Amino acid sequence: MQQIEKVPIYEVETDKAVRSSVSRRNFLNYAGISAAALVFASCKKDISDSYDGINDQNGTANVGSGHDKPKPVVNLGSGDIGILNYAYALEQLEAAFYTQVISTPYGGISSKEMEYLKDIRDHEIAHREFFKNVLGNKRIGGLIVNFSNIDFASRASVLGTARAFEDLGVSAYNGAGELLENLNYLLLAGKIVSVEARHAAAIRDLLDYGSFADNVDANALDVSRKPSEVLSIAGGFIDTKIISNNLPTS
Amino acid sequence: MNFSNILNDIETQDTEVYKRLDTRRKAMKNLLNFSGKVSLASLPIAVGGMLKKAYGSPTSAITDVLNFALTLEYLEWYFYIEAVDSGIIPAGAATEALITIRDHEAAHVSFLTTVINSLGGTPVTFTSSSFDYTAHGTFPTVFTNYGVLLAVAQTFEDTGVRAYKGQAGNVASSDEILNAALRIQSVEARHAAHLREMRRRADLLVPAGVLLQPWITLSQSGIATPAVDASYAGEELTTQAGVNIVNINGFAIAAEEASEAFDEPLTKDQVLAIVAPFFA
Repeated sequence: MQQIEKVPIYEVETDKAVRSSVSRRNFLNYAGISAAALVFASCKKDISDSYDGINDQNGTANVGSGHDKPKPVVNLGSGDIGILNYAYALEQLEAAFYTQVISTPYGGISSKEMEYLKDIRDHEIAHREFFKNVLGNKRIGGLIVNFSNIDFASRASVLGTARAFEDLGVSAYNGAGELLENLNYLLLAGKIVSVEARHAAAIRDLLDYGSFADNVDANALDVSRKPSEVLSIAGGFIDTKIISNNLPTS
Repeated sequence: MNFSNILNDIETQDTEVYKRLDTRRKAMKNLLNFSGKVSLASLPIAVGGMLKKAYGSPTSAITDVLNFALTLEYLEWYFYIEAVDSGIIPAGAATEALITIRDHEAAHVSFLTTVINSLGGTPVTFTSSSFDYTAHGTFPTVFTNYGVLLAVAQTFEDTGVRAYKGQAGNVASSDEILNAALRIQSVEARHAAHLREMRRRADLLVPAGVLLQPWITLSQSGIATPAVDASYAGEELTTQAGVNIVNINGFAIAAEEASEAFDEPLTKDQVLAIVAPFFA
């Protein structure tokens, strides 16, 4: 809680509301740092169990809710729905990561780093919940994420992971565009990927100022990865088994 | 029933059919079977040739889009050439960054030119004298005032991101071209984010009350002149596909962050209107 006092008031207001959306159970688990597999994506369920104020507080219905229990196995499905679930899975991973980063900020975090990381957390939550609502009852369940190899007390570990996640996300959306058939979905993916690229550049600049686009190729094109490649990499942070063999390949 | 001929007839009569028939993309890909086998990044000529062969004739719709993109890349490339040579960029990180971005734009120019040629199209060409970066007097100090220079650069990059986004659907009939366009777009977004960071660190030209960030908050340019407003109009959108992002599902997401989380497209006409003043 010490870090909260270091940031401007307007950020505290945002933080307080979102912080309350993080499962207390997980937060307390995490205080021990040693927990292996934490279930962030399932926090809606935990909220319903342990924190009833989240919806009342905003006076809004819990649109597209249903409780996403953590699943040991999910199947992304096929066609455009499969690709949207693929994006939903990645956004779950990112949102869970940044939620944890803000809940247990590393020591010595600067006010600008906190400002950026909070914004990114909010963007990823927005993306996650957006896909959740768009997918409706075709969405996969909550993923069980595994951050046991991330040291949330270390700036280098947190920002290094953030850089990896953001670059991975950019490459995932770049590679998924051609797999979508519905042009409305393509546009939505396009709206998100450039924001992920802004995140990637910002994180890279925090780590090594000027490295905002060091990963592009000789034609100055950004990285593009197929879902199988992305899921192989992301799988290191996800305990849920993700079945992706029905995704389109062209 | 000759499905292939029917599709060809449709294509001949109405290239816009791609936009209306989602299944058309899939049908085309199945027929041509050229999806994802060659890296366009490494082999633009080969892929261009394959596309030309596949289509039988260059699709003017696609080369038109690519020439539109090429025009914007030229606009940016010559801008950064002049910027780096202006003598007003601080040595060190700032100069290195603008050189990096300049060289990326040069690579994009080269890449798009090669692809258009490979498709049998005629790539547009421009020279330094094609452009007037003062926008006919709107930014008279663009190459003598570092703050103005960075503000114009940021506007070009943010506009470029929106321009590519607006064209994605128009090149979606080709997996390779769509993929390349997306990969350029995200590089432009990285540029935009860095230029915003440069301006924030230098505390340049930011209107009072605006905290410039690597992402676009509402329709704020972070630039103290309304001349750039058209490049940011519409970015304040907080509803996507009918879903209200503000406080979505009970999560405390403010309008600012909801707008930041999604970049918005511009149409070709909107972009051309924005960049028109920069042509001599």
